[in-house]
Amino acid sequence: MEQAGYAFVDILIVLAKVIVVIGINLLMVMILTLGERRIAGFIQDRYGPNRVGPQGMLQPVADGVKFFFKEEVIPSKAEKVIYVLAPALVLGPALLTFAVIPFGGPLSVVGKEIQLQIAELNVGILYIFALLSLSVYGLVLGGWASNSKYPLMGGLRSAAQMVSYEISMGLAVIGIIMITGSLRLSDVVMHQNELLFGFLPHWNIFLQPLGFIIFIVAAYAETNRVPFDLPEAEPELVGGYHTEYSSMKFASFMMGEYIALITSSALMTTLYFGGWDFPYVDESSLGIWGVLLSIIAFAVKTGFFLFLYLWVRWTLPRFRYDQLMGLGWKVMIPLALFNIIITGVVMSLL
Amino acid sequence: MVTIFFFIFAVTALVSAVLMITYKNPVYSALFLILTFFSLAGMYFLLEAQFIAIVQIIVYAGAIMVLFLFVMMLLNLRQETRLPIGRPFQVALGSIFALILLIQLFFIVKVGLTVSKFGAFPPEKINKIGSVQVIGGELFTNYLFPFEAASILLLVGIIGAIILGRKKLPNEM
Amino acid sequence: MDLSLPVIHIQSIYPQMILVLFAIIVVILPLFVHNLKRELLALISVVGLVLAYFSLINLWGQNLTGFNGMIVGDNFSIAFSIIFLVGAFLAVLLSLNTVENEYLNYSDFYSMLLFALVGLLMMVSSTNLLVIFIGLEILSISLYVLAGIRKMRVDSIEASLKYFLLGAFATGFLLYGIALLYGASGSIDLVEIGKYIQANGFSGTFILAGAAMLLIGLSFKAAFVPFHMWTPDVYQGAPTPVTAFMSAGVKGAALAVLLRFVWTIAPLSKADWTIAIWIIAFLTMTVGNVVAIAQSNVKRMLAYSSIAHAGYLLVGVLAGSQLGQASIMYYLLVYTMMNLGAFGVISYLGNSNKQENLNLRDYRGLGFKHPFAGLAMAIFMFSLAGVPPTGGFVGKFYLFNSAIQAGYLWLVIFGVMNSVISAYYYLRVVVNLYMHEPEKEVAVPKASLGLSFALLIAMVAVLQMGIMSSSYFEFFRQAVIAMP
Repeated sequence: MEQAGYAFVDILIVLAKVIVVIGINLLMVMILTLGERRIAGFIQDRYGPNRVGPQGMLQPVADGVKFFFKEEVIPSKAEKVIYVLAPALVLGPALLTFAVIPFGGPLSVVGKEIQLQIAELNVGILYIFALLSLSVYGLVLGGWASNSKYPLMGGLRSAAQMVSYEISMGLAVIGIIMITGSLRLSDVVMHQNELLFGFLPHWNIFLQPLGFIIFIVAAYAETNRVPFDLPEAEPELVGGYHTEYSSMKFASFMMGEYIALITSSALMTTLYFGGWDFPYVDESSLGIWGVLLSIIAFAVKTGFFLFLYLWVRWTLPRFRYDQLMGLGWKVMIPLALFNIIITGVVMSLL
Repeated sequence: MVTIFFFIFAVTALVSAVLMITYKNPVYSALFLILTFFSLAGMYFLLEAQFIAIVQIIVYAGAIMVLFLFVMMLLNLRQETRLPIGRPFQVALGSIFALILLIQLFFIVKVGLTVSKFGAFPPEKINKIGSVQVIGGELFTNYLFPFEAASILLLVGIIGAIILGRKKLPNEM
Repeated sequence: MDLSLPVIHIQSIYPQMILVLFAIIVVILPLFVHNLKRELLALISVVGLVLAYFSLINLWGQNLTGFNGMIVGDNFSIAFSIIFLVGAFLAVLLSLNTVENEYLNYSDFYSMLLFALVGLLMMVSSTNLLVIFIGLEILSISLYVLAGIRKMRVDSIEASLKYFLLGAFATGFLLYGIALLYGASGSIDLVEIGKYIQANGFSGTFILAGAAMLLIGLSFKAAFVPFHMWTPDVYQGAPTPVTAFMSAGVKGAALAVLLRFVWTIAPLSKADWTIAIWIIAFLTMTVGNVVAIAQSNVKRMLAYSSIAHAGYLLVGVLAGSQLGQASIMYYLLVYTMMNLGAFGVISYLGNSNKQENLNLRDYRGLGFKHPFAGLAMAIFMFSLAGVPPTGGFVGKFYLFNSAIQAGYLWLVIFGVMNSVISAYYYLRVVVNLYMHEPEKEVAVPKASLGLSFALLIAMVAVLQMGIMSSSYFEFFRQAVIAMP
């Protein structure tokens, strides 16, 4: 096993990567909570929170403090253990997913090559799907443990919705696996690091446009975002599965959701938009600047998808539940299968 | 190192399996079953079968158990209603069989296991090629027929479920 | 990694492919064409069966192996497949009766029937335990659905649920057996396992336990005693055509697998195994026949009779000779004919779902009022009991003969005694048909063309196989598995 020869330095490097990734993720969550409301304000032609700090910059901090000092209410008829466990089950998988996403080109420091990726698994894509399929537990169990009807409805909805859309998401990604021939995300990125026909970046979006559309729709459903946010549809379900939660437990749910947003944006970047690749530039020839460029490229692309999430949220209305299921099973899955067939045909012809 | 992990996973698997059948609340039972699946997945990782480990999580923990929970919540099962174990005959018979199984278990452990055979793909070779590639390659060459036959099996299952689940009788349609 | 596709011989799975295709056509067609007549659907299914039959005949004698040894197209598998095709053909025609017409969605029914047939064909045409398992599951799932297809009736749902639970349990046994055999020998192909056993002997915990569990799993499916508890309830609750198909088909497939197992792995050289099969055969015959005496419901009586017949067939397995194999195939064909025929008469006499006329009393005096059905029933009963000019007699004769040649005299004596016992309850039906005055007016609907045709075929075949048995037997003699 390759892990056997781990030196102390390697462990330090891994630790550093973990800390940096989690730190940036949490920071992004804070920015997103503010951004969401500011962008909502902008789109709806009003201000949004702009009082705490310059331009409302300290609003997330104020929110955090508020959450900490709120009273912790556990409903008396709740299933205590699972009720407490549920927020952790949302937050955990969301944080773990980022481990396999490469967020920058390989960095070489004093003769040592460091992959800017926490764990390089040879089943990376499957790992992501495994965690994705687990993320539903937090919502379902949270809804059930509250022992209250609206949360239960929200939990059930989320279970049905996420299981349905996972299928089309997985089928959409098969197209990429076929093109790349590997389940490693670093291979997926390296594969997109060239030029297509000499002028287009060799990004999978140009090779798998249909696959990308399926993937992004499924990702919106998986993260319970508008237009698929039925598990927490306020007008129908009060607040969905987290109705009965308060204080930091509620905050954990929110954090888990936002981290899932970040992860899925990063995933879209990695799978379809070249990952850390900055088009037309050979990063490896630029040394440390190339690595920096790659990280910035990754951050900008991910940021764009995050913005897209917010933009969509304040633009589109919500689906009805039967429409959601109909779309998932009758449109998305056949389309995804069609995408696989097309990919196979084109690959065998070329 | 591997041995330590093995014992962690083994103990978790066994304890959660026992808890699964002793808990009265079916949702807890389901959760402990998921924990068992996780420990099994961990063991597969130790055996260098990453693909099977991940598929174990995706399929069992991620899909099947979610549906289990889904059904339990729809039926709102909070406390299992146990039928009283009535006839002493059943209890006696059950105990005897359990005892026989236990003795057999000891017997097998004492005799020792038969020598396991390495197939065409020992771990070194799998690591070189990649477990997903090996499984995919085998499935689409040597095991092509069972692979395709399994799809017929699934088709039959789907059609059958619809036939049984459809509420309307044909003359009402 | 470079992949090379093994030799496939696609024609070796033409029969299965045709059946799957027609099963899908039958289930999809009503979506596009409304108000399809049930006769048309039956016709389409029959076309599929006929095409599958010709593609099977085409393979005869070629000994093709396809898909890297996953599919074995030897004469053995073809002979069994033909027997199953005949059974399915009769079942399709039998379903065109009055009772089934009340509730049955024929497109669902025929597609499930054809899928079950695909499963049967897969089971008999492979030596690979994985393929056998998948075939068994395709078969089982279709049958679970078919057993529960009368959704408005509690007994039908009970049948389906019982069959499903016990079937899943049995499948577990089978899988454990396969896993243990694989763990010990490193292969899931019976031929490879046979080679391993030839080199290392039929011993070792894993091999013995694996083989025993495989036997238990198959015994469940074939309803051998003591794994027969589910049979009467399931046979009674399932629609009559399904019961008919099930009783012949599943038994046949389980026996075929058992035969392959016995021949490639040769556990009969081991005394323990012989004794185990001896006891199972004896119990199966005796329990089936003795309990059948007490039944007043004809369908239930036939369920126990089918258990007894499984015991007779097992005697042929025990013989362990090529003669035994041919006798099993011969008897299975006769059994398919007479059993489906008997169930056919039952479904012919059923008037409606509420009045199925299943009790023995309902049969009183019917022989004169409905001469055709009465005659058919009488012939099938004589054949089931093993009375001379019928195929049942010759089949039993061949079976017992092969067992005597292998030296199982006592088992044959018990078998003959069982035949005598069985004559009592079979002939009781005939007595009721002809020698009793009817107690009440029993309404019997007009038989459909398909049903009458099926009964006619079965009747003629039973008589013909009794009188001109040698040509059939010669056919089956060519279909035996070669000496290992």
